[in-house]
Amino acid sequence: MKPTSDVVISGWGSYIPLYRITVEEIARIWGKSSRHFRDDLLIDEKAVAGMDEDVATIAVEASKNALSRAKISPKELGAVFVGSESKPYAVKPTGSIVAEAIGATPRVLSADMEFACKAGTECLQCSIGLVGSGMINYGLAIGADTAQGAPADPLEFSAGCGGTALIVGQKEKVKEPVALLEGSVSYVTDTPDFWRRPKQDYPSHAEAFTGEPAYFAHIISSTKMLLDELSLKPSDFKYAVFHQPNGKFPIRAARSLGFKKEQVEAGLLVPYIGNLYAGSSVTGFSAVLDIASPGDRVLVASFGSGAGSDAFSFLVDDGVMSKRDVAPTVMDYIKRKQNIDYAIYTKFRKKIVF
Amino acid sequence: MSVPRYWREIPGRTRLEAQKCSKCGHVIYPERLRCDKCGGVLLEPYTLPEKGKLLTFSIVRSPPSNFVKMAPFVLGIVELEDGTRITTQITDIPVNDVSIGMSLEAVFRKISEDGDSGIIQYAMKFRPAFR
Amino acid sequence: MRRVAIINYGLTKVDKHWKKSLRGLFGDAAKAALNNSKVTNLDALIIGNMCASDLSDQNNIGALLADYLCITPATAFRVEAACGSGAAAVLAAYTAVASGMYDVVMTGGIEKLSDGVGRDTTLSLGKAADAEYELFYGSSFVSLNALLMNHYMHIHHTPRDAFADFAVLMHKNGSKNPYAQLPFEITREMVLRSDKIADPITLYDCAPVGDGAAALILCPLEEASKYSDNYVEISGLAGATDTINVSSRSDLLSFNSTVIAADRAYKMAKITPRDVDVAEIHDTFTITGAISLEDLGFSEKGKFNKLLAEGAFEPGGIVAVNPSGGLKSRGHPVGATGAYQIVEVAMQLMGDAGKTQVPDAEIGLAQNIGGSGSSTFVTILRRSR
Repeated sequence: MKPTSDVVISGWGSYIPLYRITVEEIARIWGKSSRHFRDDLLIDEKAVAGMDEDVATIAVEASKNALSRAKISPKELGAVFVGSESKPYAVKPTGSIVAEAIGATPRVLSADMEFACKAGTECLQCSIGLVGSGMINYGLAIGADTAQGAPADPLEFSAGCGGTALIVGQKEKVKEPVALLEGSVSYVTDTPDFWRRPKQDYPSHAEAFTGEPAYFAHIISSTKMLLDELSLKPSDFKYAVFHQPNGKFPIRAARSLGFKKEQVEAGLLVPYIGNLYAGSSVTGFSAVLDIASPGDRVLVASFGSGAGSDAFSFLVDDGVMSKRDVAPTVMDYIKRKQNIDYAIYTKFRKKIVF
Repeated sequence: MSVPRYWREIPGRTRLEAQKCSKCGHVIYPERLRCDKCGGVLLEPYTLPEKGKLLTFSIVRSPPSNFVKMAPFVLGIVELEDGTRITTQITDIPVNDVSIGMSLEAVFRKISEDGDSGIIQYAMKFRPAFR
Repeated sequence: MRRVAIINYGLTKVDKHWKKSLRGLFGDAAKAALNNSKVTNLDALIIGNMCASDLSDQNNIGALLADYLCITPATAFRVEAACGSGAAAVLAAYTAVASGMYDVVMTGGIEKLSDGVGRDTTLSLGKAADAEYELFYGSSFVSLNALLMNHYMHIHHTPRDAFADFAVLMHKNGSKNPYAQLPFEITREMVLRSDKIADPITLYDCAPVGDGAAALILCPLEEASKYSDNYVEISGLAGATDTINVSSRSDLLSFNSTVIAADRAYKMAKITPRDVDVAEIHDTFTITGAISLEDLGFSEKGKFNKLLAEGAFEPGGIVAVNPSGGLKSRGHPVGATGAYQIVEVAMQLMGDAGKTQVPDAEIGLAQNIGGSGSSTFVTILRRSR
């Protein structure tokens, strides 16, 4: 897919909460070994939202960082999309909270997107469409989650908190473009590998079925489609970011597509912060923009259970250099951390009911 | 808290929108009918700076009922870069590490929830400046 | 304007009066005030109260109490200025009598805090602050005052012990007061080791939660001798306000409402702080007492602890402060507190103060604060015997 007029990233920004819990600490509670999580799935610890944080607060901080880098007034935003599977309200948009808090209201389109872990890139696709068609000048696409795994479930070891905001604009109107969108694809089938029914606190999953038929089938297919459409090959990319539910999956997907480990590593954040769900692939992309140079080509491929994958190719532009230091980088947030024990974790994540 | 009460204060509490006296330049927050310094009646819209220093604080261990789940937390008065003072919570820091004079920055956070079915209330808190 | 006298008074012990209702408890104080007086008719009842609508589901307590006292159809209404409600009611009653509109007016205060559980009481008392810009953020009456105490200690380098010593003096005084809620002595260590509530405030820095009622009968000074042989004149009084939001004040360590109200009351009474023999000041927390001592002109700024250590606030010193034990030991029945203070000062001047009597007290002052310094009422009484 390609918009009729060129679309660029004009600003990017992320946010990771302060708190971390290690896989050892979670394993200690349930009498499990942390070896599988640390050695096979490459997760050391995950980011945990504080008591006063949720997807709206994460999205606002990420958006403010993105606005600083985009160097635009929030009033110039024509759309604010929030993609998440952990919305603060079941009914009531998160997007309106974010749009109001950053000062983008009232002349703005806003909506919440849900497609498990690909909701963030869905927001990006929609923003690209609106900007590329000329309907709006700038669109804000946010992927953020405060995902929860059920206590003792393998997902409890990986479900992290955080998110990223991307601002897209029309190429001819953005003074310092960060990255040019070369093209994108979306690939969707009905594959129920992971879900959460209404009124349930925690998601359910089909265990190993989440792998081959779900994650790998979709993310590999979308990436192949994109490469075909753009006549590109893996070696044309400096960086590749795949959705990262753990460290193993994106590295294996990359390898089977012909990407090298070095191309994936820069955007691989799951060892430090866990799986950010809708924030996962976009935060990986954000971390790449934090270090990329003009001329670098970046692949971003999300995966959302249920299931689908969006894939994008970006060509990094000069703006990445001038805008980088305007806001904290993903690594700044990763380094700013405070480890908590499981007792505080249960308090923060509302697992104590009274 | 009732929805209208929360809703009408959103600009002041989440975007730190205030007033500035066009006569003496004094910043008025929260809003008033006239300048509380010179009595001037011409007030223009003004947005407070998001950085400041901690003037004083307290570690709250016996909070009002809708804040019990958050205890202990730090309540503080922040003196912003323009001299305006604001009462709010200090977050993202162990309560025993808070000190008078520390540099702070505003963060949009959840303040409280009206139970499990009511609205969620957001506003600015301050946290240690980290960058 | 006519000069106004206090001709009689009634108090209940500050306590948790489980068996007494709002009307029953005030009835006890009113009955005591009417006993031994020649008053046969009350023209009006002006009553201070803060929390009845929250904790006892009762508004319109003017009518409630007039009905209970069987003084209908007398004019009756409630005055609310948070913890300053009691003295605010006395001010309203004073103006009613001084203006000539009413002759004999009963005033005072009533509070039934024990009708609510702790969380309701905390919330109700917190309403003295700015609901949208203070309470919204999880602050409470205690934590807002803790902000002041931390700031005071930081600016003046005052040791924590000094605040504890103020509480010790209050309990020493209150141990002799039959109306006190906590009539026992404490030590500095007990204050320092008590539970942390909102750092640096610990439990023994705080006034206790209790019920109480106080009643006073006012009439024109020139008619006072018709009703009583022993009466006092209200020789000066004033109310003043400051920003509702503590953080809006340029100086957090001064209650401008107290400075202004005291200045006006001193001028009206034609006295200076040095002339005051006995003062009942508003020590909701030890920090509130410290700031009040300074703002009333009894101590230089930041020096209360030095004078405290020298005994300046005890009989024979600069001024006898809170012989009742103050809010800390006598108790703090919120909307009635100001009325207690004025009654206690009147008792001192009438020579009725028993074991807490300050010898030869001629001029007394009561300072009653609403909120964290946002309202203050200062009332000055002069002996008339």
